[in-house]
Amino acid sequence: MAELEAGTSTGATRARPLSPHLQIYRPMLTMMMSIVHRVTGAALYFGMLLLAWWLIAAASGPNAYASVEWFMGSLIGQIVLFGYTWALLHHMLGGIRHLIWDTIHGFEPAERELLTLATLIGSITLTLILWVVGYLVMGGPR
Amino acid sequence: MSETQPMRTSMRRVRGLGTARSGTGHFWHQRVTSVAGIPLTVGLLLIITALLGHSHAAVVQILGSPIVAIIMLLFIINTAYHMWIGMQEIILDYVHEEKLKLLSLMANTFFVFAVSLASIFAILKLSFGV
Repeated sequence: MAELEAGTSTGATRARPLSPHLQIYRPMLTMMMSIVHRVTGAALYFGMLLLAWWLIAAASGPNAYASVEWFMGSLIGQIVLFGYTWALLHHMLGGIRHLIWDTIHGFEPAERELLTLATLIGSITLTLILWVVGYLVMGGPR
Repeated sequence: MSETQPMRTSMRRVRGLGTARSGTGHFWHQRVTSVAGIPLTVGLLLIITALLGHSHAAVVQILGSPIVAIIMLLFIINTAYHMWIGMQEIILDYVHEEKLKLLSLMANTFFVFAVSLASIFAILKLSFGV
């Protein structure tokens, strides 16, 4: 059929089938977490600037380091760092979920929902634990 | 099986190199760097948490000590490659205009090299002094 059409069409472009995209689907947890995995990855990409800034400041001397400390200790700095911590942990747990899926395990409906929910709850829990430890045990930023 | 409407030309299929013109190698490298990234991320978070509340002098001393510096260097090198592949993936998904795509891919390489090299230099300086 298609062959016949291709043979008889006079150079007109044949419409190729398009796969349905985001706006077609009802939002689902696995889909949202897939998007979040990419968004956290992109955020962490630029977050490496923070790590670089901190390391360069430490290598540069007390004055440069003091300005990093001031920023990291400020309200905005703390919000950014909290978000950074969560993004890092979420991307790591999401990555582990993808590695499990790479082994062709955990694809049953209940399993994939459970795995996805576990990454979300896990990342939030770990972030809170780390920050509680950071503030209570280590005394927070100087 | 219908072979009458191939989505790719025969040559593209034989080469099997995809939109990045480099095949599936990056897929596997992304898996390798993600596995390595798990213990290294845990290490990074432990190091940063341990450094909280310390003075500049103490931070310099700890970051420059061999084990900590090696973990930091491994994290940065591993992450650099992982994030380079990841951002390339994102660019290839969303940027279709050829010139803009090439410029974005180039910018990705420049960014990753600059940020990771700066971080590596800082750690080496902390380790070897001067």
